[in-house]
Amino acid sequence: MLAHAIFFYFFSFVAIISAIMVTVSKNTVHSVFFLILDFISISCLFIMIGAEFLGMIMLIVYVGAVAVLFLFVVMMLNVAQQKNQWFKSTDTSTHIPIGLIVSAIIFFELIIVIGGWKYKPEIIKNFSNSLTSNSTNTHTIGSVLYTEYIHLFQISGMILLVAMIGAIVLTFRKREGVKRQNYFSQISREKNQGVELVEIKSNEGVKIDV
Amino acid sequence: MFEVSLGHYLTLGAIIFTIGVIGIFLNRKNVIVILMSIELILLAVNINLVSFSIFLQDLSGQIFTLFILTVAAAEAAIGLAIIVVYYRNAGTIRVEEIENLKG
Repeated sequence: MLAHAIFFYFFSFVAIISAIMVTVSKNTVHSVFFLILDFISISCLFIMIGAEFLGMIMLIVYVGAVAVLFLFVVMMLNVAQQKNQWFKSTDTSTHIPIGLIVSAIIFFELIIVIGGWKYKPEIIKNFSNSLTSNSTNTHTIGSVLYTEYIHLFQISGMILLVAMIGAIVLTFRKREGVKRQNYFSQISREKNQGVELVEIKSNEGVKIDV
Repeated sequence: MFEVSLGHYLTLGAIIFTIGVIGIFLNRKNVIVILMSIELILLAVNINLVSFSIFLQDLSGQIFTLFILTVAAAEAAIGLAIIVVYYRNAGTIRVEEIENLKG
């Protein structure tokens, strides 16, 4: 139990520090690196608490895909080094004290909700998908995900498809001066446009239009 | 203190959520950091769902965490595509220079 507590405090300390560093670090690339550290420590917490499948999926999806996507965009847009203007409002903007006040109120509301939250012990029996201890985490998730939540699963696949097509459509552009293969004109070419048969008289040659 | 309960995980989720909200409110750099703050907020929500799922012995929280993960990945892809297009048109993604809607 002591080891569990020590690991919990270590990983949550790393997660909180790296979450702070994501927002305050001057270099955007450093922010992405701290975001990766945050995801890794949270997925370690998930694995420690008993949700191994979700921890591994978080590693794959967030660290392997989303953070690398962020890194690509940061490198593509040349915004890595920009001067930081934290807590230095140039004009008479009031967003910093109001933002701090609203954030503090949100935090205290969440803490109040956590502190006053209790549940009846008999409510656990009313849940439909109770965790059973004789099979692995991945096995139980699979047996529920593909039976009860199959429609949500397919809808999430559609969401991913729409996101993929949307990202392609948004960033696609036609450049001038770039020669592309035009399949339609390539396929719809007729024989009489491409080939011309010429009778060549002897000793005269043929004049070729270029 | 040494007994890690549900409240510990919920407090961790609340702290990370608040850091994400602060990152959205006080950001003056670029929009990419705002997207990262949104990812932090979704991560805090995931922590809450998974810890409730484990401590209440109910699997539905982990299933919903999977769907939130899917939506977060889609949102990151679309948001970054919008940022790339905006940078191509306007030449900047600094938050204080994006003021077309100021009126």
